[in-house]
Amino acid sequence: MTDPGRTVVIGAGHNGLAAAAYLARAGREVVVVEAAAHVGGAAVTREFAPGFRVSAIAHLAHLLDPSIVRELDLQRHGLAFARAALKTVALDAGGDALLFDGNRIVAGPASAADRAAYTAFTARMRRFAVVLGRQHGRVPPRLAWQHWTEALPAALLGLDIRRLRREDMREFLRVVTMAIYDLLEESFESPLLKGAIALDAVLGTKLGARSGNTVFSYLHRLSGAASGGGGPALPRGGMGAVTDALAAAARSAGAEIRLGCPIEAIVVSGGRAGGVRLSGGEVVPADAVVSSADPKTTLLTLLGARHLEAEFAQRVHHLRATGTAAKLHLALAGLPAFRGVAATDAGERLVISPSATYADEAFNPAKYRRYSEHPVLEISIPTVHDATLAPAGRHVLSAIVQYAPHDLEGGWDAARAPFQELLLDLLERYAPGIRRQVLAAELVTPADIERDYRIRGGHWHHAELTIDQALMLRPVPGAAQYAMPVAGLYLCGAGCHPGGGVIGAAGRNAARIVAGAEA
Amino acid sequence: MRAPREHYREIVRYTPFHSRTSRANVLNLWHRWRDHTVADAYFDVTLEYTALRNTCAVFDISPMTKHRIDGPDALGFLNRLVTRDVAKIRPGRVGYCVWCDDRGHVIDDGTIFHLEEKVFRLCSQERQLDWLSRSALGFDVTVREETEDVAALALQGPTSCAVLKALGLEGIEALAPFAMRAFPFAGGELLVSRTGFTGDLGYELWIEPARAETLWDRLFEAGELHGIRPMGTHALEMGRIEAGFIQAGTDFLPADRAVRTDRTRSPFELDLGWLVDFAKPNFTGRRALLEEQRLGSRFRLVRLDVEGNKPAKDAYVYDDRRNVIGAVTSSMWSPMAKASIALASVAMPWGRPGDELWAEIYYQKELKWNRLNARCGVVKGAFYEPARRRMTPPPDR
Repeated sequence: MTDPGRTVVIGAGHNGLAAAAYLARAGREVVVVEAAAHVGGAAVTREFAPGFRVSAIAHLAHLLDPSIVRELDLQRHGLAFARAALKTVALDAGGDALLFDGNRIVAGPASAADRAAYTAFTARMRRFAVVLGRQHGRVPPRLAWQHWTEALPAALLGLDIRRLRREDMREFLRVVTMAIYDLLEESFESPLLKGAIALDAVLGTKLGARSGNTVFSYLHRLSGAASGGGGPALPRGGMGAVTDALAAAARSAGAEIRLGCPIEAIVVSGGRAGGVRLSGGEVVPADAVVSSADPKTTLLTLLGARHLEAEFAQRVHHLRATGTAAKLHLALAGLPAFRGVAATDAGERLVISPSATYADEAFNPAKYRRYSEHPVLEISIPTVHDATLAPAGRHVLSAIVQYAPHDLEGGWDAARAPFQELLLDLLERYAPGIRRQVLAAELVTPADIERDYRIRGGHWHHAELTIDQALMLRPVPGAAQYAMPVAGLYLCGAGCHPGGGVIGAAGRNAARIVAGAEA
Repeated sequence: MRAPREHYREIVRYTPFHSRTSRANVLNLWHRWRDHTVADAYFDVTLEYTALRNTCAVFDISPMTKHRIDGPDALGFLNRLVTRDVAKIRPGRVGYCVWCDDRGHVIDDGTIFHLEEKVFRLCSQERQLDWLSRSALGFDVTVREETEDVAALALQGPTSCAVLKALGLEGIEALAPFAMRAFPFAGGELLVSRTGFTGDLGYELWIEPARAETLWDRLFEAGELHGIRPMGTHALEMGRIEAGFIQAGTDFLPADRAVRTDRTRSPFELDLGWLVDFAKPNFTGRRALLEEQRLGSRFRLVRLDVEGNKPAKDAYVYDDRRNVIGAVTSSMWSPMAKASIALASVAMPWGRPGDELWAEIYYQKELKWNRLNARCGVVKGAFYEPARRRMTPPPDR
C-alpha cells in the first residue's frame, strides 16, 4: 500500500472538522484550512456586543449526530449541554401561548381533539422521520450500478420504507411531497398549533407553508431527534462549543488546523485536484481535497467550471441555494416578558407563527425579492440556561427571522435599518417593554452570511433541502457520493447528504469515502 | 446579446446569393436549410455531380451555422467543448471536430477556423448557440452567432484552384489543405479556406454579404473556361457520401435532440476516435468516453461496398446468420467508385474487416417491389479520394 499522502480539508465548520477528525483517526495527514480567524463556520459563538456572546448562525442543536458525539468523544473534548430537550412555546399576538413538550401539548388554547391528534401526529411523524434519520449515516445510493453491492444502499432505503407498517408506508408515500399546510388542515383545528408546526417545516428554507416539499423539510427537522438526539438542545457556551469540541477531537487525532487562511483556488493538475492555493499565493499540495464549502463555491469559484463537464457545471449552477433566513441578536438589560409565557418558560424555544396561513403569507414577499412585513421567528434566550454568554443579570436573545431573501430588491444596505425596526416593533407586540431593554442589536442578513461565512447565496443549508435536492440527488445528480467528477476532490458540507442543520454526518460519510478511495 | 430582431416575421429567408442562385436554378427546385431557401438542383443532378468530379462546382453554404468565439478564454472554452486538442489548430488553420454531452454522445460535428490569435469561427450543421452559451459558464469568452453576417460558397473539384488563380488570388496554389488565407477582393476581403464536404480538391470562400453577388459573378466569369457549374444539395450529397463523411441528423442523431438514449452515438461509434484526445485533462464527455474505452463501444460506423448496383437505401444490415445487426444511414450508386456504397451503423463487434455482412435491399421496378440480399464488404476510409485533395500545389488539370 502506498502512503495515502496529505488531505486538505477546506473550512473548519462542523462538517469540515468532522471529516478532518475521522480522516486523522484513519491515519491520514490532515490539514484544515479556514478563512476565518477561528473555527466554527456557521456553528460558532461570537461576541456581538461587549460582554454578549451568541450562537451566530445556527442557535439550537436539533440534529447533531449522536454517533459522532460518541465516536469522537466530544464530551471529553469539552462538549456539554446547558439544556437538553427544549420545550416549544407558540406565541399569539393576543397573548395566548401553547406549550409543547415533546409529543404533548401541555398548556394553552387547544381543544381536546387537537391535543389527542397532536400526540398521534407527532408519533407518526417521528416514525417517518426515522426513515430519514437512518439515512444520515449512509452514503446515498447510486441510481445506476455495475455491481450488486452498489445496489445495496438503494435496497436499504427501500427496506426502511417497507419496514413501516402498511398503513404508515402508504401515508408516508402520500405525505412526503406534500405542503405542510394541507397536512395540517387535515389534522388540526387550532390556528396557533398549525402555525407552530408550519414554522418547523419552513425554517431555513425558501418555502412557504403552502409550498410542496414542506412535509419533507419538517421530517428532516425531526430526523435527528428521532434517531436518538433527543430534541433541540443548547450547548453550553453556544453552538461554538460543538465545533470547538470537534476541533479538539481533530487536533488530538493529529489534524493541523490553519486559521486565517482564505483559499483562492483548488489547484488542478493533470485533471486531478492537487491541493489548494491560499490567497497569499502559497500552495498547500495534497493528494485529496475535501471541501466543506458549499457546492457552488467549491465547484464554480474555487475549482472553476472549466474543470467540469458542461452539463454537470450547469447542474451545479442551477442548484437552488437562495437564503431567506436572517438572524437577529439582542443584548438585553433584563429578561423580556413575553405575553402568555411564564418566566420559567422564557428560556424555552419561542416561536412566532400564529397560523399556517401567516407562515405562508410571510413567504409571499420573498418570492418577489422583498422581505416579510409579518415575519416568522424562532427565538431562543440561551442566557436563561447558560450564564457564560452574558454579564450577570443580562440576557441575549437570538432569533431566526424569515423571510429575508438574499437577493433582496435594492440590496440589504438600505433595507437593514427598516427591517430591524420592523422586527423590534413585532417583538414589542409580543413582549411589551422589550425595546427599552435593548442594549445592542445586530441583524445578520443572508447577504452578511454570504460575505462573512462564504456561503454562496447565504443559505443555511448550503442548498435548498427539498426532495429534488436530497439523498441521491444532493447536491446534484451524479455527485451524491461525496466524490466529485474531478479526481481527488470531495465535498463534505451541508450541500451534501444529509444536508444542513449541524448534523456532522456529511463530514463523517465523506471521510469514509475519502479513506476508502485511496486505501 | 443582439438587439431583438423581427426575423420571425420572415417565414422564408434568402441567402445573399439568391439573386444569382434563383437565376441559375432553371429547374426551380428548392428546399429549406435552416430557414433559408436553397437549391436541390440547378439544371441536372448528374451533370452537377459530373462537374464536381471533373471540373468544378459551386455550392451556396451561406445557411451553414457559424459562430464567432473570442475573448481571453476562447481557446480554453473550445478545448473544453470539443474532443480534440484545439491548441494544435494554429492561427490560419481549420480543424474538423465533434462535441459531446456529458454522456460522451455526439451533439454535432463542425469545423473550427482559427481566424487570428484567440478568435475562432465554429461552423456547425445544427444551431448550437444554446449549447455553446451554456458551455461558456466560467469562461471569459464571447459567443455570438454570425450566420447571417457571413456569406459563403464552396468551390469544389479538380479545376477549383485554377479558377481561383483566374480570379486573381495570387499564391492560392500554395494554400495547404485545412489552411486559410485572406485576399483583397472588390475593395474588401475574401477569406479562402482549403476545406469542403466532397473529399476532393476544393475551397470555401467567405465574404461579407454586401459583396456576395460580386463574388458569384466574378467567380463564374473566371471559371467559364474551367467548366464551373452551380451545384445543388443532391449533387453535394453524392460527393459527401463518396468521401465517406457523416452528416448530423442522417448518420447520427444529435445527442441533444434524442429522447431515446440508445439512438445516439459516441465519437468512437462514428469512427471518429481519432478526434478524441484523452491527453487533455478535461472536456465534456471525457469521463464517459474513457469509460466507453474501458468497457467497449456499443456500435460501429462502417463503410460498405454493396454487391450489385442497387443503392442499399435504408437497408437492414444482417450478420452471416441472418440476425439484424444494424441499418444503412446513407447510400448511393457511386459513379467514381463504380459501386453501390453505403454508410451503416452496426452493433459491435460487427464491421471488422473481413466480416461477412448482408444488406436487405428493397427496390421498385414499374411499381413492383423486389427484394434482394446483397453481400457487403467493409471498406477502410473514403470510397473516393483523389490524390489532388492533399497535393500542394494542386495540379491545374
